[in-house]
Amino acid sequence: MNASRRTRVALLVFAVALALVPLSGDRFWVQFAAKMMIAALFAMSLDLLVGYAGIVSLAHAAFFGLGAYLLAGLTNGAGLVSPLATFPLALAGTAVAALVIGFLSVRTSGVYLVMITLAFTQMLYFLFGEAPGLGGSDGLYVAQRPRLSAFGTTLLDLGNGRTAYFFIWAALVAIYLLLARTVRAPFGRVLAGIRINEARMRTLGYRTRRYKIAAFVAAGALAGLAGVLDATLYGFVNPAIFGWRQSGLVLVTVLLGGKGTLYGPALGAVLLGVLEHFGEKWTAYWNALIGAVAIATVLALPGGLAGLLRGSRG
Amino acid sequence: MTTSLVAVQLLNGVEYGLLLFLVASGLTIIFGVLGVLNFAHGSFYMLGAYLAYFIAERTGSLLFAALLGLPVMVLVGFLVERLAISRLYARDHLSQVLLTYGLVLVFNDLQRALFGNEVHGVPMPRALTGSVALGEMQSWPVYRIFTSVACLCIALLLRQVILGTRFGMRVRAGASNAEMVEALGIDVRKLFSALFTAGAVLAALSGMLAAPLTTVYPGMGEGILIVSFVVVVIGGIGSIKGAFAGALLVGIADTFGKVLLPGVSSAVVYAVMAAVLLFRPRGLLGQPALQR
Repeated sequence: MNASRRTRVALLVFAVALALVPLSGDRFWVQFAAKMMIAALFAMSLDLLVGYAGIVSLAHAAFFGLGAYLLAGLTNGAGLVSPLATFPLALAGTAVAALVIGFLSVRTSGVYLVMITLAFTQMLYFLFGEAPGLGGSDGLYVAQRPRLSAFGTTLLDLGNGRTAYFFIWAALVAIYLLLARTVRAPFGRVLAGIRINEARMRTLGYRTRRYKIAAFVAAGALAGLAGVLDATLYGFVNPAIFGWRQSGLVLVTVLLGGKGTLYGPALGAVLLGVLEHFGEKWTAYWNALIGAVAIATVLALPGGLAGLLRGSRG
Repeated sequence: MTTSLVAVQLLNGVEYGLLLFLVASGLTIIFGVLGVLNFAHGSFYMLGAYLAYFIAERTGSLLFAALLGLPVMVLVGFLVERLAISRLYARDHLSQVLLTYGLVLVFNDLQRALFGNEVHGVPMPRALTGSVALGEMQSWPVYRIFTSVACLCIALLLRQVILGTRFGMRVRAGASNAEMVEALGIDVRKLFSALFTAGAVLAALSGMLAAPLTTVYPGMGEGILIVSFVVVVIGGIGSIKGAFAGALLVGIADTFGKVLLPGVSSAVVYAVMAAVLLFRPRGLLGQPALQR
């Protein structure tokens, strides 16, 4: 669970390499790398739930979508532009939604939880696709990209592709470090204990449900952050990001990369992103390709890429 | 709303609910006995509907389509169980979700490759095209009556098989303790295989019955899958009676939701689910303890 020295060096090299991508000057690849980083952040946040707490949730795309829509709503509706206002508000909103959904879902476990979170995701998908004023199935444009200005000068303009790129990079690195600390902290240890034997943890006096809800909210808020960054990068949101397929896809990402490792899911996000990019060009049926990857991962590589790197398969 | 309008909506709701039950019962039995959460169940529904369209268009008969299509689905269900699902019995939920999610993606693209992306109508059998008057303003199509009756008959047959035959006895025994059943000398592998195949055929049959009412379109399997999940969650996982109650509740709630709350109709069903879960976290007839 603790990233070994070699892994740490590899991650450092990888992070530095990512920071150098904008030097290439190719706008497409810069945006592609930014998209990968958001997907990596999204997958890492789910890993906290799946890999550490052992909670298989299909609601994760809902929090991503809520984050993105909240940013759009705060900008378009309330006219807020400063990321100092919109980002915390969007994250808080997502956290509240995660609290409500988590409260209702975490009372159950296993398969029940899978189905219930799926149903909530679908409910939000329909709400945002149908309800008037939310753009319907066409989605919404974010009227103004987040921008921080003081005394008449612009300090941070996330409408600028390169600035947004470094912002996303910094967020990814910060969240990785935060999560890596969290899972080693007592909180993370309790979550792992719950995954392995919840009854025993309860006997030891831990209020396991509270821990699970806390994990659900933390992971949900971070997924919301990924959504906020996505809306910042593209300036556009649509209800398809809520779909249960997105929730399934991020689960595939986590398992493909290797659950319970944090860096594994990030790796999975990059691999799936590349696969999607080239698969789309190569065949009209690239979704089946992703499906085949999911099936193959489950049957042949339960430890994911991280397990492969560590030389074990499970 | 006039009384006859309420009556028509109620009938539509019951009809939709009965159709949902056919799909959800397979889902809940497969989970109850095999312990597998099968996302590909909706794909079987979709394949059934597409087979109905494909064969009916060529032969001109929906009955013929069912007779030809169901054996195909037996083969599909059998192969999916042998090649993929059977490897999941000892695995955790995450593996089950992901593998069957992968199957959904593969089946969706298979449908696109074989049948294309268009929406297709399926003609009703000519003998069932009329409608019955209800009051002065409203009427109810004969085909909906046929569907309801057919679903009800299948539901009763299902009940008879599960409660009254040796196969059903093994299914019930398998649901409560599969290891013990195996120890008693029953080939659980065959039992699971047969059961999964039966569930797939049931889902496909529902798709065939629904095809003339809903038309046939890409993604139809996922829609019904998720609603079936809601039904199973409301009823309690593994409970067939619960699935029946849940299906009728969802069918009626959905139909009235479309009339009364047109803007947010699709969310009504989920609101009902949340309300049920608030008071009964394991569903209406779910078992309280038993962790799988």
